[in-house]
Amino acid sequence: MTISTLRRASSAAVVLTLALAASACSSNSSTTSAAGGASTTPAGSGAAISGELAGVGSSAQTSAMKAWAAGFQTAHSGVTVNYDPQGSGAGRAAFLAGGNVAFAGSDSAMSAAEQTTAKTRCGAEGAIDVPVYLSAIAVVYKLDGVTDLKLSPDTLAKIFDGKITTWNDAAIAADNAGVTLPATKITPVVRSDKSGTTANFTDYLSKAAPSSWSYPAADVWPIKGGEQASGTSGIISSVSQAAGAIGYADLSQAGDLGVASIKVGSAFVKPSADAAAKVLEQSTKAATATGNDLAFSINRTPTGDGVYPIVLLSYHIVCQHYTDAKVGQLVKDFEAYVISADGQAAAATQAKSAPLSAAFLTQVKTAVDSIKVG
Amino acid sequence: MTTNSVMRVPDPARAAAPDRLPSRRGDRIFAGTARTAAITIVVILAGVSLFLFVTSLPGLSGHNEMTQGKSFAAWVAPLLFGTVLASTLALLIAVPLAIAVALFISHYAPRRVASGLGYVIDLLAAVPSVVFGLWGSTWLATQLKPVYAWLATHASFIPFFKGPASATGRTMFTVGVVLAVMILPIMTAICREVFLQTPRLHEEAALALGATRWEMIRMTVLPYGRSGIVSAAMLGLGRALGETMAVTLVLSVGGGISFNLISPSNPATIPANIALNYPDATGVGVNTLIASGLVLFVLTFAVNAAARAVLARRKDFAGANG
Repeated sequence: MTISTLRRASSAAVVLTLALAASACSSNSSTTSAAGGASTTPAGSGAAISGELAGVGSSAQTSAMKAWAAGFQTAHSGVTVNYDPQGSGAGRAAFLAGGNVAFAGSDSAMSAAEQTTAKTRCGAEGAIDVPVYLSAIAVVYKLDGVTDLKLSPDTLAKIFDGKITTWNDAAIAADNAGVTLPATKITPVVRSDKSGTTANFTDYLSKAAPSSWSYPAADVWPIKGGEQASGTSGIISSVSQAAGAIGYADLSQAGDLGVASIKVGSAFVKPSADAAAKVLEQSTKAATATGNDLAFSINRTPTGDGVYPIVLLSYHIVCQHYTDAKVGQLVKDFEAYVISADGQAAAATQAKSAPLSAAFLTQVKTAVDSIKVG
Repeated sequence: MTTNSVMRVPDPARAAAPDRLPSRRGDRIFAGTARTAAITIVVILAGVSLFLFVTSLPGLSGHNEMTQGKSFAAWVAPLLFGTVLASTLALLIAVPLAIAVALFISHYAPRRVASGLGYVIDLLAAVPSVVFGLWGSTWLATQLKPVYAWLATHASFIPFFKGPASATGRTMFTVGVVLAVMILPIMTAICREVFLQTPRLHEEAALALGATRWEMIRMTVLPYGRSGIVSAAMLGLGRALGETMAVTLVLSVGGGISFNLISPSNPATIPANIALNYPDATGVGVNTLIASGLVLFVLTFAVNAAARAVLARRKDFAGANG
């Protein structure tokens, strides 16, 4: 209820903003120099910017976007950033439909069909995916007496597929040598709503445990039945309530629940911001990504020490070329802030996300710098 | 639209000249306002139905991402079933309870206790559904866990309690209890008012013939209040059918059609399913969700029509109603 109220409030705010932006645009077109002179000179870019920047999309980015909007608005007092967390799909649709939505937040990169639509929306150069937000997805569990659970991808897949039903199963015992496991029944708890977390978790299972997991990656849980709960908070409260429950949720929300270490290569890795950021170094651009597009195909079977592969990478989808110089400069400066060390640190503080590594950010910066304005 | 003119009806003129024929202007304005209000309601309802119908058309063909490749009917059937099951369960629990509470307030409790209790129950009706949802998912579900475990072990021969018992307690039965608590206040309030309307003469006649208090209630109060009870049940059912937030928070969805009330795999209800899937729905998915809303709309209409039919048939032999 709170969320829907917030959303209603924020969509009302967006509508209001759009109306304001429209009127501002019409009045500013004749007096550009006056408006430019009135706003403060930002530290980062040479040009003075002001106005409203509207984005729609991923709810996973909600709190990170709050941090970014606050940080950006502090640096540029004439700017207002509005983000409506309607969901990734809705965000991409709103952005591609054009209008005043300048960018989309999305947990998945554009599909080939969407890239074609983007050519209508943005001009011949289309739109690009800019990775901006990374967070680790933790496998959380509640099992009294077991503090450091270790799971291999195959065991994990079998647990969530209902093939392993008790905690003292031989497969789990093999992963946890020396630990006394109770005979408690396992209750897997999954998301009942559409979610980027589910999409990344199932993508991980299908790639890391192909022999035990026969379902494709999907943002709706692919198996019928079983315990389901809505939203990350629903998962956390369901798992907390049931002895022997296991679920998946954003690491920042794990709270008091046990967090399982996942087998990567031959070692078990506990999720952390660092371990999550490392997986990107071993990931490659997706097949659909051409030119400056940075859609990534996350490597779910990385090698090496301390790399955690169950992560959610979220994007901002922006036009490669904004013909409206005012909006374009806003987007470009905003994205430059988002992918700066400051921006990533702000998101890490507010959303407890994993800051993107410096090496990775260099790559992203090239993409943001390639945005053409005017 | 004419509310302002109603406020300015010149009453003093009538008071000053009581012998003159009262002006018909006030009458006409009032009749006009009432008619406008009545028409507005019908127009709004027609508008909503039209919107539902037109926007659901693209979704009715099914076989899209939202229905996961199934036909619309196959997709919506478990949802419809879940909605009806949850509401029926809620009514089964709430109707006897509401009648009992209302009777206690109207005929058993001392006057001072009765008014206080009535006030408290009216207050309960104002509690937002999200509060009931949080209560149901965090407290009630946990309390009911051992009950489900016991039922699954000892009463599994009854299809309703076939098990396996849910480990979190977020089952269809929990939803039924939460919905019952939610619809109890409105049903109690209506029943109480209806029971209080029972003609005093009927009651006294029954008592004079030697009836005990319970016999008097059975002979006079209940027959007299029957239509009121049905109306109360219908209002409660309406709220239970459309309840979104509490069900979304409590129910562990993802199952198909099943009468098993205590397992973790339950069919979702239509409103809860819309709430769960709307935020990330796009294109024809939205149409499909709205189409499920249309199904709920039709169901509500059918239930109301059925209730009216029942009432109309019962009216002839509603004993004390005379």
